[in-house]
Amino acid sequence: MTSNEKPGWKSLPVGAVLPEAGSSVKYKTGDWRAFRPLVDKGKCVNCLLCWIYCPDSSIIRKEKWVEVSYEHCKGCGICAHECPTDAIKMVEEKK
Amino acid sequence: MVTLKELSEKELFASGHRLCAGCGEGTINRMTLKALRGPTIIVAATGCSEVATTIYPYTSWQVPWVHVAFENAAAVASGIVEAFKAMARRGAWNKQVDVIAMAGDGGTYDIGLQALSGALERGHDFLYICYDNEAYMNTGIQRSGATPHGAETTTSPAGTVIPGKPEWKKDLIGICVAHGIEYVSTASPAYWNDYISKVRKGIEVNGPAVIDVLSPCPLGWRHDSAQSIELVRLAVETRYFPIYEFERGKYKLNLNISKPKPVEEFLKAQGRFSHLFKPTYRKDVIDEIQQNVDANWNRILKLCTQN
Amino acid sequence: MTVVGLTGDEAIAYAVKQSKVDIVAAYPITPQTIIVERFSKYVADGEVHTGYICVESEHSALSASIGASLTGARVFTATASQGLALMHEMLYIASGLRCPIVMGVANRALSAPINIHGDHSDMMGSRDSGWVQIYAENAQEAYDWTIMAFKLAEDKDVQLPIAVNLDGFIISHCMEGVDVLEDEATEKFLQSRIPQFTIGPEKPITVGALCFTDYYFEFKRQQVEAIQNVPVVLDRVGKEYQGITSRNYSALETFRMEDAQAAIICLGSTAGTAREVARKLRAEGKKVGVIKLWLYRPFPTEEISAALRHAKALAVLDRAISFGAPYGALCSDVISVLHTLKESPKIFNIIYGLGGRDIQPSDIELVFNEALETAKTGIVKEKTMYLGVRE
Repeated sequence: MTSNEKPGWKSLPVGAVLPEAGSSVKYKTGDWRAFRPLVDKGKCVNCLLCWIYCPDSSIIRKEKWVEVSYEHCKGCGICAHECPTDAIKMVEEKK
Repeated sequence: MVTLKELSEKELFASGHRLCAGCGEGTINRMTLKALRGPTIIVAATGCSEVATTIYPYTSWQVPWVHVAFENAAAVASGIVEAFKAMARRGAWNKQVDVIAMAGDGGTYDIGLQALSGALERGHDFLYICYDNEAYMNTGIQRSGATPHGAETTTSPAGTVIPGKPEWKKDLIGICVAHGIEYVSTASPAYWNDYISKVRKGIEVNGPAVIDVLSPCPLGWRHDSAQSIELVRLAVETRYFPIYEFERGKYKLNLNISKPKPVEEFLKAQGRFSHLFKPTYRKDVIDEIQQNVDANWNRILKLCTQN
Repeated sequence: MTVVGLTGDEAIAYAVKQSKVDIVAAYPITPQTIIVERFSKYVADGEVHTGYICVESEHSALSASIGASLTGARVFTATASQGLALMHEMLYIASGLRCPIVMGVANRALSAPINIHGDHSDMMGSRDSGWVQIYAENAQEAYDWTIMAFKLAEDKDVQLPIAVNLDGFIISHCMEGVDVLEDEATEKFLQSRIPQFTIGPEKPITVGALCFTDYYFEFKRQQVEAIQNVPVVLDRVGKEYQGITSRNYSALETFRMEDAQAAIICLGSTAGTAREVARKLRAEGKKVGVIKLWLYRPFPTEEISAALRHAKALAVLDRAISFGAPYGALCSDVISVLHTLKESPKIFNIIYGLGGRDIQPSDIELVFNEALETAKTGIVKEKTMYLGVRE
């Protein structure tokens, strides 16, 4: 986006207030990744430790296991490291 | 105490923020927001969390959130708390709203200490959470009053004459306890249940409450991002960062580490202490640190058993 | 209407009481202390619903005020001198976050050397902070302006903090008969604040985001627009206030400027002295006049140009030094206004009254005579005069 495409001072909310809660989901941090976590559903016991530790709210709770939301996952590897059943592996992000 | 399944699935802290991969503050923010009991306003000090989560026009916060400046989270929170009370007195407001101030160790131990002290002394009803990554990380890893002895930062570098920070970490818990408030505690996000329960407890206290939560920093502590949680577990397991609380005049040890790992294990795992191992193994400094850890543990144990 | 014996500080405290302020967060500093002390008594006697926060420093005073203001509450604080300097970074934040806070400033000299008496160096040091700045000549004006300031600040076309300045000790501690409104009249005039946005829980917003190079400039431009809206809103507020008080306030007040050849322009209490001297000189047939600025920021460009239409010489009185600048702050602003006019008076700058150094009628008479001389000859003998300093 060039600065011409961004809104001008007349239309921007006064005082730099951000009225839309959680708008950061529009910013896809997934492309930061060098490695991505892969969940082996067979090994996942749904303990939810990966979910509570994920700094990027990128573990999705399903009924019997977890899934990764790759839109924002930065590939930090905490989930794989903390998983007690080795159900998550970090693999290189394909180019 | 809750189970993970009982915690709300709703993510009040949205993805898309620009905290480093593996940043403890991301985890801490999420955990904090899982502990709310109702409408809550977050007051943030300038720091990593504030900067990375609210880059205009994006915000990760799905609760009312305000940032004013670096050293005044506690003062801003004071104003907010009292404003709602005043508006209620004139009949313009009738709901419960909780206020949580969140600041780094920079905005708490050092530049923010005055505002915190004033707010605690005045007894405002709010929770103050210090996410403690033990240096001014947002401005590029400079030492703070929370930086441990021997740690390398850009303003306490490991030089040929001085091996990292000469001074010792400030006792924030002691300072807060000295203000006579009802609740002060330490926490580590590795112990999620303990931390989330403490946040809830702090919210429920009628008056000020302070939590100092250790926050791993892959960039500043120099470790692999995957090890963030492991390191703040190791910090507890080595007694480097004791988990205890002060509640209504009594100290309580929340996590008794009966068989501590040597603090060297904690130091060895981080680049900010690597100068204590290479090129020379600095047994003198490591021993000093171990002695300090032991003395601190014994001091806290004594406080806890003195009740 | 009732006339009450009040000092400038007391008058402000009384105005704040009547303005149904939600939060006062303040730290005492001479010569503002009476404001906070008097207000504390109102709180202790249950006369106000206000939450009074005895903060531990001026920096926290404005910080707490900002927090409170962002909830939608009506907020007041007060300070002076070193206190104003200590909260300096917060001044810019208050205006940047569009908080309609009203602050009483009992103008006092800035250290060093330490001095507790009245001059304008404190507010002049913060004149670029984005605050609307008003100067009161006396306790009556301090009272009136404080009440009007809430209405002006909270207007949706303004949404900016306002500093109501009064000369330290000279006005802050000097008792006058102040004509005060009835409580109901004040309530009716002000009404409750309707915030344009709030960090209350109904709608979770984020306030105080980080704006990089691609957004910062736009928000500062918004502030320019807001402060430029002040004259129009002030006109409306002033007229409404006149309706209930018969006192007429606007950007400035002139005395005998219609045909003045030599004029003085100044801020604050000195205007009173200047007016008395002008009255005396007029009786002697000398064509002199006085311009008293109420509104300093935004600077009332048009009104000043209009007032100086006929003047041939103008002495600008600055009660502060702008070190290294060609003129004092007020003088620099006046010259900027006049340089675009086809014809403008000859100007010279008088630096006076620093550290509370008294300015006597005889001093003002000297200034008028200099100005009359310049009006006659067209020559400015000294561009800047330090009036009252021992050489």
